[in-house]
Amino acid sequence: MAQMNMKEAIRDAMRVELERDPNVLIFGEDVGNVGGVFRVTEGLQKEFGEDRVMDTPLAESAIGGMAVGLGIQGFRPIAEIQFIGFIFEALDQMLIQAARMRYRSGGRYTSPIVFRTPFGGGVKAAELHTDSLEGLIAQTPGIKVVVPSNPYDAKGLLIASIRDNDPVFFMEHLNLYHAFRAEVPEGEYTVELGKANIVREGSDVTIISYGMTVHTATKAADELEKSGIKAEIIDLRTLNPLDIDTIVNSIKKTNRAIVVQEAQKSAGIAAEVIAQINERAILHLEAPVLRVAGPDTVYPFAQIEESWLPTPARIITAVNKVMEF
Amino acid sequence: MSKVPYEVYTEEVEALSVLSPEGEIVNEKMMPKLTDDQLKEIMYRMVFTRTWDDRAVNLGRQGRLGFYAPVSGQEATMVGSEFALQKEDFVCPGYRDIPQLVWHGLPLYQAFLYSRGHQHGGQIPEGVNVLMPQIIIGAQILHAMGIAMGFKLKKQKQVAIAYTGDGGSSEGDFYEGLNYAGVFKLPVIFFVQNNGYAITTPFSKQTAALSIAHKAVAAGIRGIKIDGMDVFAVISAVQEAAERARNGEGATLIEAVTYRFRPHSLSDDASKYRTKEEETQWSEKDPISRFAKYLEKKGLWTEEDTARVREEAKAKVNDEIKKAEKVEKMTISGLIDSMFETTPKYLEEQKADFL
Repeated sequence: MAQMNMKEAIRDAMRVELERDPNVLIFGEDVGNVGGVFRVTEGLQKEFGEDRVMDTPLAESAIGGMAVGLGIQGFRPIAEIQFIGFIFEALDQMLIQAARMRYRSGGRYTSPIVFRTPFGGGVKAAELHTDSLEGLIAQTPGIKVVVPSNPYDAKGLLIASIRDNDPVFFMEHLNLYHAFRAEVPEGEYTVELGKANIVREGSDVTIISYGMTVHTATKAADELEKSGIKAEIIDLRTLNPLDIDTIVNSIKKTNRAIVVQEAQKSAGIAAEVIAQINERAILHLEAPVLRVAGPDTVYPFAQIEESWLPTPARIITAVNKVMEF
Repeated sequence: MSKVPYEVYTEEVEALSVLSPEGEIVNEKMMPKLTDDQLKEIMYRMVFTRTWDDRAVNLGRQGRLGFYAPVSGQEATMVGSEFALQKEDFVCPGYRDIPQLVWHGLPLYQAFLYSRGHQHGGQIPEGVNVLMPQIIIGAQILHAMGIAMGFKLKKQKQVAIAYTGDGGSSEGDFYEGLNYAGVFKLPVIFFVQNNGYAITTPFSKQTAALSIAHKAVAAGIRGIKIDGMDVFAVISAVQEAAERARNGEGATLIEAVTYRFRPHSLSDDASKYRTKEEETQWSEKDPISRFAKYLEKKGLWTEEDTARVREEAKAKVNDEIKKAEKVEKMTISGLIDSMFETTPKYLEEQKADFL
């Protein structure tokens, strides 16, 4: 089995699908000749031609709108928005046009589109390159939100997203592109959308995380284990639909939970997870569910982002609070 | 005197006409080739559309329609531009462009259902190449561009047309769409019905450009300005743009100068922003009476024909609105099921709250 980093696994997913289905297309700013600013699509234009992997003019709304038009024509577009902060320019096309197409047309037209975008802090990128906007998208009816945390999941989730007949917002954490290598099967396989993954079993507290925070949580869990606290870590993988059953089953076992996200604290994914826990599992809780998240400020300039983002130390503090409640 | 030796396109362009308000052909070169039957069919559709509009305004006041944007005055741009296309071409409309959808194949009762806020209104029948009307006024420009990209990739000689108004030409999506169409040389027509007002804002406050057609220059596509009250000018311009698109010669921006005789919508009072004199001046350019004069001189149309079509249209509108009213109401569970191909578990659970 091949060893791949997450960037290579994402590229491999696209290659597999370009090969399998002639309706799959990739386009966006700089994705063709050079393979994107992170070289995620490197080599694909050479292999599949300029009609399948297209450089577009610099205009995100048009990238989104072209994807919607091509979706109506029966294509399966993979539209890259170069950095997450630029999705605002494309939000009408993503959230109003693509996400409502099935509803507006009573099922006559669909938007089988994947909007791919890098995001995520800790890499000292320029302003608006790293923000965690998943809560904004996940609140919109009709679009799925996927955030992989490792190369195996990234490939399987992306293939599942490309094959999905509804629009998917696929978020790739910048810090994970090159972070580590893992075994990734050759050829095609899928990881089902809407299914969370228990990445570490434990009996004392559930740590709910996704993307980069899975790894931050793992570091915290290693430390906690030294003091005898066994943390169970859930990687959500898909934020809409959310796999609440896996979360609730874990809480029935541990009776305590915290949610970790890079996004600002209020009104986001963590808030949603906790609301659903309250609806379904409040009698299993021995303590309130706490959030470890960015403060409700704009995402900071690079100088202080390391302290703004969730750290293992902040996760440990939160776990200790729920343990001692 | 400017120190800069050249300026970019600072000349005014005339709106091209073929048919004078008196019903005379004034531009033989642009005259489209149409048989007598086709001429009568175009007239039929224009009179039908006017009658339907009259009825729709009344139906709106009776509460039997929802949002409705009147179309009277724009029959030449709407009927003529659609007539110039082929059935396989793709129509991407703005909210006012319902006649183009219906003449392209959308059943009239579905147009009424759309207005009444029922999703079956947007459930376009198979084989009818139209989108539902767009509310975000520039979004359909990009959809047409994307659909045209699909035609190009599939090597099909079809054309997409996007309709918007003078207000829509100010949207960022308008520029992005034109630019992409230029770069990728796409088979798409951007058809701007410049009716002088974006709701209440007059054209003079919409742009400082000499015309909307000028905006094609910056995108490297073809731009043309025509008399939108003249159905021959419309058909000629769209036919030519479609032919160029089919031949791989790329996109065209058409600015058709027209006027809506009624307010923007049923909740808008046009007397607050335009004068009686202006309305009278434009009514003298009425696209239907102008065309009628031409046809009457050729012996192809009489006042009795108009009266007959009006009766037919009234009866048809009555039948179709009744049909729309009989369609079963949407349900919350149906709405929930229209979010995704397979309804996720959390949405299945939410249905239970509405039983």
